[in-house]
Amino acid sequence: MNLRDTAEEATFRAELREWIDSNLTDEIRHGRFEEAGRDWSRKLYAAGYAGLTWPKEYGGAGAPYSHQAIFLEEMARAEAPSHLGVIGLGMAGPTIMAHGTDAQKERHLDKILSTEEIWCQGFSEPDAGSDLSAVRTTARQEGDHFVVNGQKVWSSFAHMAEWCILVTRSDPESQRHAGLTYLLVDMHAPGVEVRPLRQITGEAEFNEIFFTDVEVPLQNVVGEVGSGWQVAMTTLLHERGTLGFALTAGLEAQIRKLTALAKQKGATEVQRDAIAREWIGLQAVRYTNYRSLTTLMKTGIPGPEGSGAKLWWSEANQRVTKLALELLGSEAQLLNGDSQSHGSAPGYWQHQQLRSRGNTIEAGTSEILRNIIAERVLGLPRSR
Amino acid sequence: MEFAFTQEQEELRREARAFLEANPSAPLAELRDLGWLGVSVPEERGGGGLSFVDEAILFEEAGRALYAGPFLTTAVVLAALPEVDENAWSVEVDGLVPDLDAADRVLSEEMEACAAEGETLPTVDETRPLGRLVAQSHKVSVAGEWEPVRLRLLAALAVEAVGVAQKALELGVSYVSQREQFGKKIGTYQAVSHPLADTYVETELARSLAYWAAWCVAEEDEGAAVAVAAAKAQCAETAVLACERSIQVHGGIGFTWEHVLHRYYKRAQWLDAFGGNAATHRAAVAAALLDPILVD
Repeated sequence: MNLRDTAEEATFRAELREWIDSNLTDEIRHGRFEEAGRDWSRKLYAAGYAGLTWPKEYGGAGAPYSHQAIFLEEMARAEAPSHLGVIGLGMAGPTIMAHGTDAQKERHLDKILSTEEIWCQGFSEPDAGSDLSAVRTTARQEGDHFVVNGQKVWSSFAHMAEWCILVTRSDPESQRHAGLTYLLVDMHAPGVEVRPLRQITGEAEFNEIFFTDVEVPLQNVVGEVGSGWQVAMTTLLHERGTLGFALTAGLEAQIRKLTALAKQKGATEVQRDAIAREWIGLQAVRYTNYRSLTTLMKTGIPGPEGSGAKLWWSEANQRVTKLALELLGSEAQLLNGDSQSHGSAPGYWQHQQLRSRGNTIEAGTSEILRNIIAERVLGLPRSR
Repeated sequence: MEFAFTQEQEELRREARAFLEANPSAPLAELRDLGWLGVSVPEERGGGGLSFVDEAILFEEAGRALYAGPFLTTAVVLAALPEVDENAWSVEVDGLVPDLDAADRVLSEEMEACAAEGETLPTVDETRPLGRLVAQSHKVSVAGEWEPVRLRLLAALAVEAVGVAQKALELGVSYVSQREQFGKKIGTYQAVSHPLADTYVETELARSLAYWAAWCVAEEDEGAAVAVAAAKAQCAETAVLACERSIQVHGGIGFTWEHVLHRYYKRAQWLDAFGGNAATHRAAVAAALLDPILVD
């Protein structure tokens, strides 16, 4: 057991920190995400920080997972914008590597790494949220292509994406997990329409995607026709597997702002107790991630102890943002300062608090996550 | 960064679990024969020459088995003595002495050692009674400071609490996997399984804090005091809540004297109360986070 960086990890961290200092400009930090995020993503690629854990044969750095963890920690510490290609790098890319054809790897992986092409995810539907097996978007085979019809929802980046990983029902007679097919869809193809979905914060981070007679060539099928469920599980494994560090690092930045606010505004004994509780929880989830990471690096599979990280983080983030509003008092209801501003303005915390309500819903609702822990970790009998 | 136990440490855990499950109230002398006393004391002072992290494994397993006897306090005091001795040790904190009846000697916060003479008081956790020393004329001062003893003590209590939480969880999981009502295993119902999922998450979080605190103590890390306060606060509360949830999912049987759960519940509450409860330690964490550091 050694809870400090190894010499090699410390070197990687120091170099990264120096690189961030000289490359993360105020324009990038505070600019409009669509443009500034693109600039930032390209800089990361040029410096070799995109696809850190991707194998070298696919253009990645082939680095150990510990580097990815350090990368996420340092990005959050510097409050850098997130990489525009998160879905490509974290979900589409690994899925193509695991199940894709050589032609698909050739066509897509480089452009994912360089952020030349941005990806979005077409999984959830109005009637298929937690129950992905209920998807109704159809893919009908006609000669050398599929014809896709249906609606997807809660798609980040769809308004700026070139490609979409799409789960469809290709066998109209099939039920549930069978008869699904996983497609790579060109978002500029005729019949694809993206509409922004305004959320409770007032902004539109997500989109609805409508597919009307969209033609998708057969060579864009990932895995076998009808085996879309297994392919989709690979995608979700990657979504949940690499999430813990990013979330914890984000929470750390949030709690740093919370303590600064408490020092500035003062806090009652009850509020001080609550702040200490959240800080302790942060250390707990951070060190739990390290335990899970150690298992991942030794065995290739993340340890089960990490399965609660997202569940804990989502509820902690809700408590932390409410606590900040409480410290602000009546002023909390004012919208001065905007969502981009720092932690002393009510507008910032209002935005964060409202946004946090989505945390227990997105990327697996808390109810689904508790089911997974109960059934797969504790081995309790299945509830469905 | 490597946050895992070595194979030797895992082996030590297996041995400890097997022995303590079979002998939950073995005399301290038997534990001494196994080499479990003074594990983290350097060899030149008569100890085992291992680290406090190794010793923490024993504390956790002792908690899991609800071991009765002054093992934890003896181990903590031996690390503060110039040489390992044969006494069963306890400590006096806030005027109270755990396992006074089973101890030979007691170390106080003033770093004074005396004979374990006094009155054992009726205590909720019958497996770890508290006592009060009688006034004594013969006290021997022990070289060194109380602070490192305090940190070891609190870290050890935190680790023990993780063992208690783990056992309460296992009992709950096992019961709801067998018990049937309305024609189904009750673990099928999410109202039953979700609280256990929460206990699992919280126990793993507490485990991370406890090992982190133990590692900080072993390394004499500058952040040890805050880590120990965080771990003591969170681990004891987690153990209490784990027992409460386990009692609830057991239904009526969990509320009976004959079932073992109430013993774990009482130990968990003992662990929270002794050496400063969760709120006290959180106040220390809050001070470290929020108050200006006074420099003289």
